[in-house]
Amino acid sequence: MDGEKVSARQAPKLLPPEERVRTFREVNLGYTEEQAKKEASRCLQCPKAYCMTGCPANVKIPQFVNEIRKGDYKRAIEIICETNSLPAITGRICQVEMQCEKACILNKKAAPISIGLLERFVADVALKKGWKKLTCKPSNGRKVAVVGSGPAGLTVAGDLIKLGYEVKVFEAFHKPGGVLVYGIPAFRLPKDVIEKEIKTLEEAGVKIFKNVFVGKTITLSELFEEGYDAIFIGIGAGAPIILNIPGVNLNGVYTANEFLVRSVLMNAYLFPKYDTPIDVGRKVVIIGGGNTAVDSARVAVRLGAEEVTIVYRRSEEDMPARREEILRAKEEGVKVLPLVSPVKFIGDVDKHVTKLETLRNQLTTIDSTGRPTPIPIKGSNFFIDADMAILAIGQKANKLFTQTVPEIKLDRDGYIVVDYGAKTSLDRVWAGGDIIGGTATVIQAIGDGKRAASNMDKTLREKHAIDMVTYR
Amino acid sequence: MYTILDKVQLTEGIFKIRITAPWVAKNWKPGQFVVLMVNEAGERIPLTIVDGNTDNGMISLIFQVVGRTTALLASKNAGEEVFSLLGPLGKPSEIKKFGNVIVVGGGVGVAEIFPQTKALKSLGNYVIGVIGARTHRRLIFFEELKSICDEVHVCTDDGSYGYRGFVSDLLKDLLEENRTIDYVYAVGPVQMMKAVSELTRQRRIRTFVSANPIMIDGTGMCGVCRVIVGGEIKFACIDGPDFDAHLLDFNTLDSRLKTYRQHEAEALEEFRRCKCDGWRESFS
Repeated sequence: MDGEKVSARQAPKLLPPEERVRTFREVNLGYTEEQAKKEASRCLQCPKAYCMTGCPANVKIPQFVNEIRKGDYKRAIEIICETNSLPAITGRICQVEMQCEKACILNKKAAPISIGLLERFVADVALKKGWKKLTCKPSNGRKVAVVGSGPAGLTVAGDLIKLGYEVKVFEAFHKPGGVLVYGIPAFRLPKDVIEKEIKTLEEAGVKIFKNVFVGKTITLSELFEEGYDAIFIGIGAGAPIILNIPGVNLNGVYTANEFLVRSVLMNAYLFPKYDTPIDVGRKVVIIGGGNTAVDSARVAVRLGAEEVTIVYRRSEEDMPARREEILRAKEEGVKVLPLVSPVKFIGDVDKHVTKLETLRNQLTTIDSTGRPTPIPIKGSNFFIDADMAILAIGQKANKLFTQTVPEIKLDRDGYIVVDYGAKTSLDRVWAGGDIIGGTATVIQAIGDGKRAASNMDKTLREKHAIDMVTYR
Repeated sequence: MYTILDKVQLTEGIFKIRITAPWVAKNWKPGQFVVLMVNEAGERIPLTIVDGNTDNGMISLIFQVVGRTTALLASKNAGEEVFSLLGPLGKPSEIKKFGNVIVVGGGVGVAEIFPQTKALKSLGNYVIGVIGARTHRRLIFFEELKSICDEVHVCTDDGSYGYRGFVSDLLKDLLEENRTIDYVYAVGPVQMMKAVSELTRQRRIRTFVSANPIMIDGTGMCGVCRVIVGGEIKFACIDGPDFDAHLLDFNTLDSRLKTYRQHEAEALEEFRRCKCDGWRESFS
């Protein structure tokens, strides 16, 4: 019986590749109710839930899965929302295979429970039925400002509004969501899903102010003067690393940030209906091996590129991108060229890129990341034709905010230093997400947000208690 | 939210608008800019802040119609709103007592040097304005600069007013008078700033220019505004827009500005065709 159960991990329906390449519609169509129930009943309901140890948001996985099995979706979403305010988002983009699903005991026998898709299923049902409401305690009279409306900031906002705080979120862009709206394409995370999740927060009382860059539009001290009791900084990493090779400033060479901001946030793919243009080449080469590289490649395919190649310096197995997304990209015609390093971009008389000169690599000893080091093979130079190149080699800390607050201690790389409670070196200021540790995952940011929110609450309550004693 | 208080056409294709933006008005400094979207489907474009008033929470922006977005903005009237406005962005210009200063402005750049001119003068510098336009009726901000500067020298490409020639020619003549000049600040088309830079480099006069690359977010996130300064990549939106003219690679700035020129022209043409009432009249 067990053997039969565990062998049957439900496969979600996917949009066929030939349809995908012409649309930004979601690729993974998720589970049907029947599939969700079947998948949920595969769960062994382990007394010691290993899966939960793999979840930065501490979602009570066996409990919500059990409710799905029973068909009580309302209860299932309640259980999830106790610890995770953004389940329709995490259910889609969490790197589950590295987290909860990796920790699932079923891995020993067969495929793990499809926790991500189950979370997504129930979150979608809840959004559709309008069940997803945050239950908030009565106002405690205290005010909190959240800087940045990405996954970390939204989590803090959700957790603190539930505890009775007045929460104001400040976003620099004209649209809230941070990386969710500027960095993750709609075929992985549809825009209406993000909008609905944010609307739930707004309905609970969270106020979002757009077009405010804290540190520039309003300084941190001005925020405190406005009467906030605590501030959370969740501004993301935000500065693209520019490859240091000749020709990198030729026209047609983009950072992935620019490419994705243009096409995902500014809807350049709908030019001239939307005013932001994008000039997608016929032959596009992407440098890098993470999710951003794969997302960029798949966007390029959808924008009409004829040939899209991902160039990565290590082996394909060592690509940090999600396996599933690499697989989908390949189905859509993306070529992956591992063990290749860029040397130089070559341009035409108009200073537009035409080719990328590269070198082949061989793998040697294991480096500090636990992966074999790629070493260029002398004389193995070859050229890849490209009239567009996208640099997706990572991000570093953007100092635009932090340089306005020298009191906040930074590490050598410019990231904000926090203690175990996510507290910065500045009184009443907490931080989380990519700005405290470099590029990580959405769920990591959510985990940071949870940690910060609970410590902000604890500190403010303790302070309140002390104030009360002093006043007496 | 960002309501247009008034709009004035300064000359063909150049407009001045005042917009409500209380926080920007409070915290801006000369040299900074805003990134603005006219409507939800619009692009994000950077515009220099020319003036700001804390009392009424207004900022002044001056822009030239070069593409669809600026054309759309020019078609807006007092009382209407723009969808999004973020600022003040960029590093403020260096303002201190230099001694004798020349501020150079070409085209719409004449308006853009206004805040620096005011600030430099208030610190006791002797400020000489060198400004130019294609032709007399396209000259803007002459009176404003005249009221502040110790001297203003004007040129037009066609000689219809003042000196006949480019601002760089006029500047050259001035520099050849061998007066001590301690600082030059120039804003205008890339080729103009480049010419100014060449002139002052020979004479080793500290010179700053305001780089005008394409921008999107304006907060150091996308990297489209990258420029080369002293051999290093810098982002104009956060490291600039002011840079040492003698270190800035004008050729790269110029070629990168051309990336979307064709799209720009197409979109503007499309906009003109769509018969937005009143828009054409404001140009003809």
